[in-house]
Amino acid sequence: MKEYQTITEISGPLVYAEVDEPIGYDEMVEIETPAGETLRGQVLESSDGVVAIQVFEGTSGIDRNASVRFLGETLKLPVTEDLLGRVMDGSGQPIDDGPEIVPDERRDIIGAAINPYSREYPEEFIQTGVSAIDGMNTLVRGQKLPIFSASGLPHNNLALQIARQATVPEDDEEGGSEFAVVFGAMGITQEEANEFMQDFERTGALERSVVFMNLADDPAVERTVTPRLALTTAEYLAFDKDYHVLVILTDMTNYCEALREIGAAREEVPGRRGYPGYMYTDLAQLYERAGRIQGRAGSVTQIPILTMPGDDDTHPIPDLTGYITEGQIYIDRALNSQGIQPPINPLPSLSRLMDDGIGEGLTREDHSDVANQMYAAYAEGENLRDLVNIVGREALSERDNKYLDFADLFEANFIQQGYDTNRSIEETLSIGWELLSTLPKSELNRVDEEFIEKYYVEEDAETAEVTAD
Amino acid sequence: MSKATDTQSDTDTSGVIESVSGPVVTARDLDARMNDVVYVGEEGLMGEAIEIEGNITTIQVYEETSGVAPGEPVVNTGEPLSVDLGPGILDAIYDGVQRPLDVLETKMGSPFLDRGVDAPGIDLDTKWEFEPEVSEGDIVEPGDVIGVVEETVTIDHKVMVPPDFEGGEVVSIEAGSFDVTEAVAELDNGEEVTMRQEWPVRKPRPSVEKKTPRTPLISGQRILDGLFPIAKGGTAAIPGPFGSGKTVTQHQLAKYADADIIVYVGCGERGNEMTEVIEDFPELEDPKTGNPLMARTSLIANTSNMPVAARESCIYTGITIAEFYRDMGYDVALMADSTSRWAEAMREISSRLEEMPGEEGYPAYLAARLSQFYERAGYFENINGTEGSVSAIGAVSPPGGDFSEPVTQNTLRIVKTFWALDADLAERRHFPSINWNESYSLYREQLDPWFKENVTDDWDEIRQWAIDILDEETELQEIVQLVGKDALPEDQQLTLEVARYLREGYLQQNAFHPVDTFCPPKKTYLILTATKTFHDEAFDALDAGVPVEEVQSVESVPQINRIGVQEDYEAYVETLKEDITEEIRGLY
Repeated sequence: MKEYQTITEISGPLVYAEVDEPIGYDEMVEIETPAGETLRGQVLESSDGVVAIQVFEGTSGIDRNASVRFLGETLKLPVTEDLLGRVMDGSGQPIDDGPEIVPDERRDIIGAAINPYSREYPEEFIQTGVSAIDGMNTLVRGQKLPIFSASGLPHNNLALQIARQATVPEDDEEGGSEFAVVFGAMGITQEEANEFMQDFERTGALERSVVFMNLADDPAVERTVTPRLALTTAEYLAFDKDYHVLVILTDMTNYCEALREIGAAREEVPGRRGYPGYMYTDLAQLYERAGRIQGRAGSVTQIPILTMPGDDDTHPIPDLTGYITEGQIYIDRALNSQGIQPPINPLPSLSRLMDDGIGEGLTREDHSDVANQMYAAYAEGENLRDLVNIVGREALSERDNKYLDFADLFEANFIQQGYDTNRSIEETLSIGWELLSTLPKSELNRVDEEFIEKYYVEEDAETAEVTAD
Repeated sequence: MSKATDTQSDTDTSGVIESVSGPVVTARDLDARMNDVVYVGEEGLMGEAIEIEGNITTIQVYEETSGVAPGEPVVNTGEPLSVDLGPGILDAIYDGVQRPLDVLETKMGSPFLDRGVDAPGIDLDTKWEFEPEVSEGDIVEPGDVIGVVEETVTIDHKVMVPPDFEGGEVVSIEAGSFDVTEAVAELDNGEEVTMRQEWPVRKPRPSVEKKTPRTPLISGQRILDGLFPIAKGGTAAIPGPFGSGKTVTQHQLAKYADADIIVYVGCGERGNEMTEVIEDFPELEDPKTGNPLMARTSLIANTSNMPVAARESCIYTGITIAEFYRDMGYDVALMADSTSRWAEAMREISSRLEEMPGEEGYPAYLAARLSQFYERAGYFENINGTEGSVSAIGAVSPPGGDFSEPVTQNTLRIVKTFWALDADLAERRHFPSINWNESYSLYREQLDPWFKENVTDDWDEIRQWAIDILDEETELQEIVQLVGKDALPEDQQLTLEVARYLREGYLQQNAFHPVDTFCPPKKTYLILTATKTFHDEAFDALDAGVPVEEVQSVESVPQINRIGVQEDYEAYVETLKEDITEEIRGLY
């Protein structure tokens, strides 16, 4: 392996070096600083004579005499089932003082696209135990469903609740494939990291988890690698070892900041708000690594978390994410300040794969109708709230008042459940029917008449009297 | 792609890689013309020459370039990017450069897409039963149909003399079983006609002239057929923020539009969504023939994580296939989901080329490319005398749902139908969430004669009535937001009530309900008549002094919202109208 001492330029996270042999695009590089430190990097651009290298750990300490070694291969991650229970840093080095990892195989972290023809359409309901998700925006295996949050909101609590409670009801009975969590942290604070780790340890989830930690004070460039390590591990566990893998990536906003930093250092033509023009493709190459494959037992389900700068969902990061992922779950500041746990706002939230994952034989026959009706009713109630502020409740018709009450009850009884309550889908739907039954039957125009007959809770004369007393 | 079969390792035309940056590679000493297909590196990755400057040729590569190094060879095929045209296109699933995805899976032996694997667009070994339609001694011109093969149960594939042939007298032709590369006919000038043609994707196939389209493309979607129809040979754009239902609308069109052939281009979209199409379409019935839907469909799936250069080309691959079936005299509908991803692919390549950017970083030629694409749609007289059409329906994904961005704006300058999707409607679960105030169709007037002849005489009148009510509602809603509904005069309250039924029973349609998912124009019309019956009767009652609350609480009226799900809708509407009339007249 040839060593070069030919660095010509150092700028931000980038190093340019002259070479006299062809160097492959994306190839790994090691740079030894005069102080004896070894830094790792990757070839970003390769041309005759000059290569641009992005250095994961940052370029501080590198001078023009630093020696550069090209490793002749792209970044690979050693994978094995023994990764379960291990904690790694953002570039895949173990930091938990555990035994040495003996790899089964070394996998390219870039990951090839799954042939759409080989995919299997996701339609297995995952019960998260959270009504606002199960009832209104159902998650299915192989889906990528991000959490759109913002600073100061409890998205981590929700992610942890999902990681703890997620089950597939049928599999519990049949003893299907095992469940594993891959956690990829990008630029989160030590405190947040502790919160996750403590919860994993407390619930014993760590044994079936693989953790990659890039903390806020770790090099930003390393963040571009962390999610790829996490997803490579997830794909290995899912498609080679038959695990059902839930991948939690947090915080995608930090990942995108790192992309922007590299783009700026390379003097690329910036796209919207300075983010690189290829950010859509780049994010797609992460998010699309979720799914199921025909003939393989496992699955990769992704829950990326992102914090929207300024609570603005038209910001490029949530915007591009929303166009790639199969829906989104919104954490709502107003609901949060009302003390609702988890503060999920179902109106802008969406699960695109819901329709195929619910219904008879999957959840319950009335699920889709109930969800649609509750949506419409809550939306109507929400709309009326603005009006109430202007004209007062008395000016509204009886029908309008019913909808206002519905919206209040919906928040208090359906969304509100606490982070430790695990509701089955049956419980979720019966709460739904209790709420819908506060509306007259004729208003339930999205529910099939048959289900109204079966599930509508008639106002019982006796109970009415009891409450009247 | 067919190029795999005739790769020439001609050292004169081959060069060496000079630099690699993502999908953009530059090569030295390559003798290539613009848009020639080249094979890059040791692995032979497919690419296309997109810029030539002195001795340096810039190439966009359709595959992942990790590990490719300067010094590796680049081989020119000397041919522009082309598609294979012939029987076998229908019922197939391609990537952006027409490699069949099922063949790739077998060849790669893995569910993951590997590099450097090539496959012809149509199977070269399948034997097709050829039936001649001309005899020996007949004179044939370019484009003429010389015979047919049954491509699928639904579609007879017309075998045509390629447009770039000279034509002449047929000296030999006979029925029989042929594969696509065998000559089925020989002409006196020595030209041999095979079932397989090649055509460069960036060049429109020739036609005689473009005509004014006068037939609607019936979609079975009430708001589209009823209010904003598109013509066969027309163009439409569906812009909307994420989650507003672009893809569902595109799927609905692909399933129910009454075109002969559907070309569905999934351009930079979700893998699972394409899988849904791949799994669903073979099982769904073509409403026109009852055959499987795939028998009339060709799918192009270039998902968001597949190479960006192939995304740039997938739109062209799609429209070229569409034009080929148009030449046979078919009505073809092309859905492109989403043209924004296509534009972004252009932007990405352009920025790697360090071109001077136009608006929001998009290349300055964005508008030109978009209009070139939509101009390939239309109602055509073909060179063989038949008439055929290509309708192009492009989804647009504006960032942040802001329609003022360049892709939406440049698209709107070209297309004649605009279906504006609305996030607010989607949030209220009003689907399809097409905003009736913002959308338009410039085909309305030229299609009215067809509707009047084939559906009903008063098609345009009752549509105008509905539009007026909805417009009035929009105005009234502004007042309601300030003072509340009860402060309005009674007649205006009633208008709001009628408008509510129009929204819930007419504009809304449940794509997932087995009956409601497809609504024939007759039913679209009848729902309006039922609503209008309520409107007319209710206003008469109001004039007669009946309080508006009583009119609103008539029991049969909410059934308007259930017409959509009725199979036997004609009888249902008939009864409903009688009930409404009877009940309301009973009030005074």
